[in-house]
Amino acid sequence: MTEPLLSVRDLRVTFPTRQGEFQAVRGISFDLGRERLGVVGESGSGKSMTGRAILGLVRPPGRVEAARMELKGQPILNLPDRQMRKIRGGRISMVMQDPKFSLNPVMTVGQQIIEAYRLHANAPRDRARQKALEMLEAVQIRDPERVMNAYPHEVSGGMGQRIMIAMMLAPEPQILIADEPTSALDVSVRTEVLNIMDGLVRDRGMGLIFISHDLNLVAQFCDRVLIMYAGRVVETLPARDLHHARHPYTCGLLDSLPRLEAPVDRLPVLQRQDSWRDGDIVADRADTEFPGGL
Amino acid sequence: MLTVADLDVWFGQPPDRVDAVKGAGFTVAQGESFGLVGESGSGKSTILRAIAGLIPTWSGRIEVDAKPLSTDRRDRAFFKTVQMVFQDPYASLHPRHSVDAVLAETLRLQGMDRIDQRIEQLLDDVGLGRGFRFRYPHQLSGGQRQRVAIARALAAEPRMLLLDEPTSALDVSVQAEILNLLSDLRAEHGLTYLMVSHDLSVVGHMCDRLAVMQHGRIIEIMGVGDLRAGRGREPYTRQLMSASAGYSAQG
Repeated sequence: MTEPLLSVRDLRVTFPTRQGEFQAVRGISFDLGRERLGVVGESGSGKSMTGRAILGLVRPPGRVEAARMELKGQPILNLPDRQMRKIRGGRISMVMQDPKFSLNPVMTVGQQIIEAYRLHANAPRDRARQKALEMLEAVQIRDPERVMNAYPHEVSGGMGQRIMIAMMLAPEPQILIADEPTSALDVSVRTEVLNIMDGLVRDRGMGLIFISHDLNLVAQFCDRVLIMYAGRVVETLPARDLHHARHPYTCGLLDSLPRLEAPVDRLPVLQRQDSWRDGDIVADRADTEFPGGL
Repeated sequence: MLTVADLDVWFGQPPDRVDAVKGAGFTVAQGESFGLVGESGSGKSTILRAIAGLIPTWSGRIEVDAKPLSTDRRDRAFFKTVQMVFQDPYASLHPRHSVDAVLAETLRLQGMDRIDQRIEQLLDDVGLGRGFRFRYPHQLSGGQRQRVAIARALAAEPRMLLLDEPTSALDVSVQAEILNLLSDLRAEHGLTYLMVSHDLSVVGHMCDRLAVMQHGRIIEIMGVGDLRAGRGREPYTRQLMSASAGYSAQG
């Protein structure tokens, strides 16, 4: 058994509210290897909060607790800010949904990539510049010299997202958390961005956590899927078996999608049940190399 | 019901003029549901906004009920016939107006009587129930907000709805509810739909015919049967179909 890149046990994220404590994430456990792990769920299911908790991005008064949260055996739960900054962006990176909000509008693309890289790699300026150009080429930007000098508003959404990926990957992280990285993109650009991430998992042995609400996409792109509902994982299964899911929530979600090849007059509507909040996890444990996790 | 011919829409003045729609033409019959698909920037929403009178810089012909529209402001008769539902229900509802205020104002603008009864009827029509009448947008979920936006559009008792990505901001299970609601309303009120979406499966579910747009031009008009069977005449249409069918790794 290989050691997982990331190991999470009983992760909880809690926010105090006027009505008492609210748990956005209620005890989830998983291991991440050199694979594409999909995390699926509806808005409010806690999938994005899981990603933020791993990166230490939950701000007080929010609280993150876990029985274990380790990056290659090193505990990373609630590290002091100084230490967390070395990990965040260096060893674990995150790509967010909308490049419009995650790029600095008053810095050129080149400056931003170079700054991000030097922060972690401690490289001289000209080498960082070289690296930035290489990264832009790696994400299939045709004219990297020109794009280096462009401001974010001068590039398209798809290019902006590829720039974000280039920036996040320059320090060669071991784990990339991608939070709806393709939701703001057109379908044709989406395929390119996915290919880039796929290549990085295959060629560099990176671990990818792919957070998405798009079940079909996850089924096709990922290796393994966690399905989240109300802050918990309700089902985990190999991505290729997603269409044979057993949990009624997963089945309900899949059924509610309109399908071109199977037209219906009315779409089945998901009937939520209270028992899903705390019911058993439907898991196919045989498929993972990490028997301890899901 | 709706005829669009030789429609050009542009923004700005030369030399910075951007031609967003070039020579678009299509017709939508009474009771039909027509889809506009394409990628961002292809001009599909721009056509909708030009019809609704939100963009004055257009030329060509737009006719509703065989009456040509001008580039001036739309008159009240137009909004009694055509109403629009926007993409993002978080942005299209005034945060400090209650559901009651939103609907009452619209009804008064349309010169309706029996406002009290009509509000209750509208809320019933969109499946919200009267309990939602005095709530504010922040007390509603995304799907409930979109229902309020649909109720507002129905307040004028229009015969045609312009739907601009009505479910793309919603979760899939909520999307199913809203699409069902739109289907029911169309059947009950005999509505005509012009729907913009980037999601081919949503258009396939809702529409009878659709136009595929690229770079401001309509490159193909097809029936939904052809869409389902994957029969696109144009290479771009087939490319769009295969890209939306999902991800398949290269190499």
